[in-house]
Amino acid sequence: MDIFIYGIINSASLVLMALGFTLVYGVSRLPNFAHGALYVLTGYITWLLLNRVGLSYPLSMAISLAATGLIGAAMYQFILVRVRGMAISEIIASYAIGLAILEGLRWGGLKGGTFTLPPFVEGSTLLFGVSVDYQRLIVVVAGVVLVSLLWLFVSGTKLGLGLKGMAQDEQAAMTLGIDSDRMAVVAMAVGSMLAGAAALVLLPLANIIVETGYNVLIMAVAVCIVGGLGSWNGAILAAFIIGFAQILTVVFLGAHYQVVVALIAIIITLIMRPSGLFGRQKELEERV
Amino acid sequence: MTMSVEKGDRRKERLDRGIKVRTDGVYAISSWIEITYLVLPRMALIVGLLALPLVLTHFPYWQRVVSIIGIYALLAIGFDFLANFVGLVSLGGGLYIGVGAYIAALLNSEFGLPTYVTVPAATVLGGALCTMILFPCLPLRGVYFAIVSLMYPLLAGRVIEALNIFGGTDGIIGLDGFSSGWVEQYLLIACVLVALFVLRRMVTEDVGLVFRGVKDNDQAVRASAINITTYKALGVFIAAALGCLGGACLAHIYMWAGISQFALDFSIIPIAATVVGGGGTLVGAVIGCVILVPISEVLRDFGTLRIAVYALILTGFIVFKSEGIMTYATRKYEQTERWVEI
Repeated sequence: MDIFIYGIINSASLVLMALGFTLVYGVSRLPNFAHGALYVLTGYITWLLLNRVGLSYPLSMAISLAATGLIGAAMYQFILVRVRGMAISEIIASYAIGLAILEGLRWGGLKGGTFTLPPFVEGSTLLFGVSVDYQRLIVVVAGVVLVSLLWLFVSGTKLGLGLKGMAQDEQAAMTLGIDSDRMAVVAMAVGSMLAGAAALVLLPLANIIVETGYNVLIMAVAVCIVGGLGSWNGAILAAFIIGFAQILTVVFLGAHYQVVVALIAIIITLIMRPSGLFGRQKELEERV
Repeated sequence: MTMSVEKGDRRKERLDRGIKVRTDGVYAISSWIEITYLVLPRMALIVGLLALPLVLTHFPYWQRVVSIIGIYALLAIGFDFLANFVGLVSLGGGLYIGVGAYIAALLNSEFGLPTYVTVPAATVLGGALCTMILFPCLPLRGVYFAIVSLMYPLLAGRVIEALNIFGGTDGIIGLDGFSSGWVEQYLLIACVLVALFVLRRMVTEDVGLVFRGVKDNDQAVRASAINITTYKALGVFIAAALGCLGGACLAHIYMWAGISQFALDFSIIPIAATVVGGGGTLVGAVIGCVILVPISEVLRDFGTLRIAVYALILTGFIVFKSEGIMTYATRKYEQTERWVEI
């Protein structure tokens, strides 16, 4: 039973990590290698506001989320838009920005185990005889809520429909008057805020350290590749597959082997189904 | 955006210098001036690199830095070749260095092989091993390669640590060093020069044409009944072998192979050097390393700040000055510029 419960929790956290990455890639075909950096940055800003400025917890979270959204939008508007469409430059530029943020934070003092965010609700409960703390339940709830909100946003609002149009066919979207650069900015802003939201929910479970940034990037990318780059349904399904695979590995083989699960999942996927679980209509594009 | 031409608008006109046009053909050998014009930049690089260890004879610390420049230059040449001629962005230079270092270390410590066997063996075996583990993402578009090559060095250290293989966190210590500092520096400088000129020649041959075809229009290459994956694998093998050569030398220089050889420095500095030096020129990658690696040594006291500095330099160059030093210098050397009224 604990495998089942912790598997669900682990999968939900993977969904949270991957949502922002897959949104940005799906809309503007931009692999945002700064995703993990934005995740850590949100946690660090929240920590600063909470402990150094002395704001209340909800307020610090709201401000840092907004800040991350702005940073993401600015990143696109001022830097990435200039290399749009040049695949090599896009990858290098976003990776470099991510590195600058992460290593800059590390130099600025983000090291050691002293940076922690408090859980939203202290304590734990028994669920089917398994002890689960409330924060982990919140992770699952947040996963469900964010996915539903994103779905409502994309299929219910004009802006969201614009994003969807861009994701499906950029040329056609542009002929219908959808400004592709503005949509990409929106996608980056929303994607960054999703990375931030994931950080706010997940970071109370661990210390804020720079390595988390690289881990989150790897996990987000793994989920997206296994699910099919840019496919949301695929990403969610893949998060569950990798999430449960990780928990099973920890239980039956030991925690050492957990790090290689994502890598093996990627390699098996690339060999068996290169376009991912749900990437069927893009199969020809992915395979050259 | 509306563009309108008004009176007084100017544009820059670029014309090839006469001497450049003359030296393009067989007339290059018609006079000493033309021969000098052709040979001077090439000799400047070769003589400059060969003279570096001699100039620094009284500064042993900076002599070591010359070796490090050589290692980074090998990685950077490989990166430039892979990115700008094959179209694969490798974000994990640390993988090649680490694999080369561990193979050389194992051959040296387990089998007692001397350095002149371990270094070539690590180059070939390491190149093959890296190609093999990167192979699954080669039939796909470039972004998969970037992602997977980023993952390997980040995970490799943790796998070695977790499984406690190859000496675990301590690494493999007590390797043979090179017989002297001179051997070490000149071996690396020679390797850099050979790699540079061989690759420069190769990319203008038929095989280089296919490589560029793979980058620019893979469907066309496929339509010519040429297997893309084979060529990508060959490209990755060349780049990885260069990196592994650097890694093997690094292991013997420090007489040690360890997890830190999968570090991020090896991934970011070659990329920054290539972009700063001028992507697609191969020479630019070497020049970039000669500029950036000493800066890295100076910044060593600031810890990871130097990675952040590199990342910022890199972003600045790629966004605002993407042609790089070498392309700029070539243009100045070969062309005259003047403003003309439209």
